[in-house]
Formats: sequence, C-alpha cells, structure tokens
Amino acid sequence: MMEFQGYRRPDGQVGTRNYVGVFSTVVCANEVAEDIARQVDGAVSFTHHQGCCQTPVDLKRVNEVLIGLGSNPNLAAVLLVSLGCESTAVAEVVEGIRKTGKRVETIAIQEHGGAARTRAEGTLIVQDMVSEATSMKPENFPISELVLGMKCGSSDTTQGLSATPAIGVASDRIVAAGGTTVLGEITEFIGAEHIVARHAATPEIGQQILALVERMENRAKAVGCDMRGGQPTGGNIKGGLSTIEEKSLGAIAKAGTAPIRAVYEYGERPQVKGLVVMDSPGREPEILTGLAAAGCNVIAFATGRGAPQGFPFVPVVKLTGNALTWERMRDHMDMSVASIIEGTESIPQAGDRLLERIVEVASGARTRSEITGYTRAMDIYVTGPVI
Amino acid sequence: MKRDAIAIKDGDNVATALRDLAAGETVSVGIGDHVVAVTMAGAVEFAHKLALADLPAGQDILKYGEVIGRATEDIPKGAHVHVHNIESLRGRGDLA
Repeated sequence: MMEFQGYRRPDGQVGTRNYVGVFSTVVCANEVAEDIARQVDGAVSFTHHQGCCQTPVDLKRVNEVLIGLGSNPNLAAVLLVSLGCESTAVAEVVEGIRKTGKRVETIAIQEHGGAARTRAEGTLIVQDMVSEATSMKPENFPISELVLGMKCGSSDTTQGLSATPAIGVASDRIVAAGGTTVLGEITEFIGAEHIVARHAATPEIGQQILALVERMENRAKAVGCDMRGGQPTGGNIKGGLSTIEEKSLGAIAKAGTAPIRAVYEYGERPQVKGLVVMDSPGREPEILTGLAAAGCNVIAFATGRGAPQGFPFVPVVKLTGNALTWERMRDHMDMSVASIIEGTESIPQAGDRLLERIVEVASGARTRSEITGYTRAMDIYVTGPVI
Repeated sequence: MKRDAIAIKDGDNVATALRDLAAGETVSVGIGDHVVAVTMAGAVEFAHKLALADLPAGQDILKYGEVIGRATEDIPKGAHVHVHNIESLRGRGDLA
C-alpha cells in the first residue's frame, strides 16, 4: 500500500501541507490579508473579488466557499480579515470552519482603526497560530486519504493524447486504493457529456451530469454569440484545438475508468469516496479555488502549452505531454509525459509515474509553482451580476 | 514505428501532427497498430490536424471516434483542418 506523510486534523481529514490561512472575507480586505501572510513564515493568504454588492445566491456561495476553504485539511488554523461592513456572513463563516475543530480568529479593519493596526494585531495572531501548527509532526497515511483535484489548462491537442489520460490512470489507482478524486470543468464536458454520463454509477447520476452540462452551456448561449474564441480559448486554438467538442473529448480522459459516484455543486465537499464530479468552469482561479473548497489536498494539472499557476495552500502537480513545452516552460512543469507521444512509454506507465510524483508532493516535495511562488490563481466562482 | 501524425480511433477523418508537416511531403499516420501514408495538401504545424480523406462541406469531423464539429467548406485530403474550415455545433447562441 502506498503511503504519504501528512497531517491529521481534528475532524479526521488529512492535510498534505501545514499552513496557517489568512483569508479576506471581502475584496476590500485583500491588501491587509496579503500583508499579514507576507510577514509570517508559514502563513498563506487567500484573497478574491467577492463579498459585497452581489445577489443573495452569490453571497451564499461566498460564505460556503470560505467555509470550505477554511475547512481544507492543508490549513492548521485560519485568520479571517474583515473590513467590517461587507455582506459576507462572517460569523457564519467562523462557525462553519470551527466545526472542523481548528482554531479560527477574526479581525476587522474598521473596528481596529485602519489597516496598520489590523496588520500589526493580525500578524501577532498568525505568528501564534504558526507556532502551534508547526509543533505538529507529520505521520504516515495510506493514499486512501488523498483527495485529488483534476484539472487541465492552457490546452493543446497533445494533452488528450498523453497528459489527461495519464491523470485518468492516476485517478483510477487512487480510487482503487479507496481514495477520492474530483473532476470539475463542466464547460469541458460539452460535446463529451454522453461519454462522461456513461461513467455514472447510476442512471440518476448520469442525468445529474447532463443537467449540469446543459446549465453551463445555457450560461454561454445566453450571451447570444458563438462561444468560440472564449472556448476554446485563443491559446487553445493556437495549440490546434478547433472546437469545444474537441477540447472536451481530450479533457474528459482525466476521468479514467472509475464510476462516477456523485455530483456536487461548486466547492461542495464530497461525502463519498471514489470519483466525483463538481460543477465549475475551466478557468484556473475559479476551479482551483473550487477544488480547494471541496477539500482536495493535492491537485494534478495537465497542460499542453504550459499553464504556470498553482494555488496558495494546495500543491498543484503540473504535467505536460508536449516535449517543446517541457523544454520552454521548465520552471513551471513538474513532470513530462511526452514519452507517450514519442512512443517510449505507455499511458499506464506514465500514469503510475504521475501517481508516484503525487505521493512525493503530498509528502512535502515542493511543486514548481510552490518553489516559484506562482500560487496566486484564486477567485470564487459566482454566476450573478455585481450590483 | 515512425509516425508523423496520429489518429485516435479507426474511422476518424482527422489526425494530429506530431511534428511540423510541410506541403507536398508524404507522411506516416498511425491509426491503432497500422500506418497509412498521406500526401500533404498544405502545411500543418505540430499538434494541429490534417484531413485523412476529402471532406465535403457539411461533413462531420470525427476524432476520438466522436463528432468534434463539421466542415464549412470542401477540405481536401492532407489539408490543415482547423477553425478556418470547421465549426463547432455546441454552445452556439448565434444558432437557432
């Protein structure tokens, strides 16, 4: 049985990192949250553009996603930085995260008399949290405690031949070991939804998947134009992808062969083990945030052209099947599976190698995005207007 | 087995270039465990698609054994297949 070194949290979840999170509860508090995290080694910030002047459905989303992010096992404790007048239900967020048993504190800029005082007070709180967190020793856990988020981005046509099927193999292995894998990017089911639906464990789950895809396609159609140029993106088209259908067929290879056990809304925590589907668009900040809010403790990210992004507190393993990208974008890539196209390695062999890399990263090996500090791809997915 | 391009499923009418392919050259396209020769009707860069047959306007374009769009003009065998000569059928708010 493969094992990784992680951190057991009071609610039983296992983290692959042991950070203290500093979250802004509203766009207006971003600067202070970032400043506090920057001043304390071992702290990371999560900032976003939401939390005020939105429809109730989106505000509910913001509350739920902040609770989900705070509950992520890669965080030992959380400081919420509030402005003081926002629409985010800060007390509800605190209560939601506290259910995990971890320490949560709040600090409000308007109550503390401005940014400088809040920064000073918040820094002291976070120093204390890091001291507590780092007293904890990592332990060995089976890979059934992995919750793997799956993503592809800055895609080209090499991906569907190599990197996404390799993720599918790694997903199958984790599921077979009793772990959890999460597939998002519903936009990239369009044109391939019949194939995804065939993976559903029951006909009801198949219907839920089709409904999710229809809802996403209708969001695109509602603007009244051909979605091409938006999806596939300009970069996808340069990479040889001609239509959303083609992009989707390559992307869904990440699903591997395991049955889909459940379908969730954006950022919702899976209640079952195995492969699950979560609503989300494909854009990096929103899906990486959604996967983190769902409790993913590690993410595998296939990229043909070389997407550099990581996330503040969930390690993102980047793999490419494009030999040129491996050479050109070396400082952003964690592994190459160009061997598949070159004919020197099979897809299952590459998938096994990816799983080994995921386990190393889960145990603390740093990803390229962590090393380079390219970890600021984050935002909360909302569907309504700013009002 | 040297392959210059690869088709994913039998019956696919496009293949993906594994290197930059020049107009006029004859290339080896791997389809499963067999290889077919195609003479290029135009240049196709790495990772882009070429037609494996003459594709009349309106023809479904097949990759992974699935429809990825349709031809908007007649596409000769060996020509570049991309956004200039095929279109998506999905997410089209501009179609009735």
